[in-house]
Amino acid sequence: MTDITRLTAAEIADRLAAQEISSVEATQAHLDRIAAVDGDVHAFLHVDAEGALAAAREADERRARGDHVGALTGVPIAVKDVVATQGQPTTAGSRMLEGWVPPYDATLVTRLRAAGMPILGKTNMDEFAMGSSTEHSAYGPSHNPWDLERTPGGSGGGSSAAVAAFEAPLAIGTDTGGSIRQPAAVTGTVGAKPTYGGVSRYGLIALASSLDQAGPCTRSVLDAALLHEVIGGHDPMDSTSIEAPVPPVVEAARRADVTGMRIGIVKEISGEGFQPGVQRRFEESVQLLVDRGAEVVEVSCPTFSQGLAAYYLILPSEASSNLAKFDAMRYGLRVGPQGVESPSAEQVMAASRDAGFGDEVKRRIILGTYALSSGYYDAYYGQAQKVRTLIARDFAAAFEKADVLVSPTAPTTAFRLGEKIDDPMAMYLNDIATIPANLAGVPGLSLPSGVADEDGLPTGFQVLAPATQDHLMYGVGAALEAALLEKWGGPVLAKAPELTAKETVR
Amino acid sequence: MSTLSRDEVAHVAMLARIQLTDAELDHLAGQLDQIVEFVAGVGEIAADDIPPMSHPLPLTNVTRPDEVRPSLTADQALANAPASELQRFEVPRILDED
Repeated sequence: MTDITRLTAAEIADRLAAQEISSVEATQAHLDRIAAVDGDVHAFLHVDAEGALAAAREADERRARGDHVGALTGVPIAVKDVVATQGQPTTAGSRMLEGWVPPYDATLVTRLRAAGMPILGKTNMDEFAMGSSTEHSAYGPSHNPWDLERTPGGSGGGSSAAVAAFEAPLAIGTDTGGSIRQPAAVTGTVGAKPTYGGVSRYGLIALASSLDQAGPCTRSVLDAALLHEVIGGHDPMDSTSIEAPVPPVVEAARRADVTGMRIGIVKEISGEGFQPGVQRRFEESVQLLVDRGAEVVEVSCPTFSQGLAAYYLILPSEASSNLAKFDAMRYGLRVGPQGVESPSAEQVMAASRDAGFGDEVKRRIILGTYALSSGYYDAYYGQAQKVRTLIARDFAAAFEKADVLVSPTAPTTAFRLGEKIDDPMAMYLNDIATIPANLAGVPGLSLPSGVADEDGLPTGFQVLAPATQDHLMYGVGAALEAALLEKWGGPVLAKAPELTAKETVR
Repeated sequence: MSTLSRDEVAHVAMLARIQLTDAELDHLAGQLDQIVEFVAGVGEIAADDIPPMSHPLPLTNVTRPDEVRPSLTADQALANAPASELQRFEVPRILDED
């Protein structure tokens, strides 16, 4: 019998539709896999076996009754812990929210539940999504299934690790500067950040409101498109949500056609500064697209080089404001200052925020508060917003010459846990190729391009499309994926070492 | 461009209501100084006549009819409160004793 956990979501959906397997079986298979390997991987902060199985039973009943079912009804999913789930703890990887159980669901969770998708649990992440490795999680890092000594990327490293370790066929991520795409790149999985406003932000614990976007983490481009269609679309609860139908992403992923498309290589985010093996797999992938009928053009986006600096002003500024709500008054951690009798609300607030936030969160709140403070505003935040305009203009000019833009997703393969934990600048440089898309609001997708020769670890290929043209990146991604599968004779994850399974006790 | 001193970090941290310990200040001040030096690089671009961009999409204000909708009950809203009394959030003293 086939191992259900090795199937893609689309394959599971097909077998559910053919009634070869049940949703309860599919869900139980993934719960067993979690029990067997998550001790080593630590992708999950919370597993909800009971809730997932109940939802699975309901999905099976829906199907048995002949009720209307969606493309992914009955397919289980993992959700990043920054997304509010009613009745399930939601911590955003922070001590500040330890034990917090939201009284409501995020809109995307409402849509998953309505689609009959069992939620397996909540995935680990850097605290409040600040980081590129999950090492800033207050609950300990996740481990890359390719090499447990290495990071699965971040901030959504729990979601990427869960999918790469076959603990879930699908996961939800959020991407503020690359937190879906970079983890996908370093784990040999697929991650898509939709156009800003393509998926509702209602119920996401906000990091930087003008940059945040939720999206799919999967093992195939088609699976990402299928999930995108479930969670995407207008939501009256998010005033920045796009009031238009979801672009035809599934159709594009199925068509997988690049004939006559102009593929733009962005000079500033490839080549120099990228690991040789990453760059080599990137160039081979571009050639495969040419073989399939695409045309390659080189484009220049000169202000991208300032993108990182602008991002590390805009994000902390917005974050310092968003995280002001953690004030120890209405929810979250409350501790008193030591040695103070009858402390004031302000003293309790300052002590609680010191105890509840980790180093990276403190660094960014302080940086943001500084950048927004009187006398510095124009030189920092104001100037960063102008650079943001220039980056959007660079994109606009590049999309005149090319239908999509491509680059390696991350400059290196997965780095070792501990390597950059106390060197914030080195950590920030991971996001160099993913950040411009967030600043301009355009969609981006990362898919595996192979493994680097020098270390045998997965490399990522990024496709960027114009705003609201998300289907273009799915079409290009699916075409490249098909060409690579043909070349390799199987998915890249087949090259990952087997994880040692712990004895399952039911 | 001036960089960030330890005293400034302590001051800004208090503006952000974070009571850093001395050890944390020692640790974070140097790192923040390095980060500020890096982000100050945005100043190198001539952008005087460039309009600032606050948001990736053209935004218009979104309103809805002013009608009562289902919302959290008091119990739901208070369920995660550090302390509550009489269906209200209970907070530490907000005034100085006098």
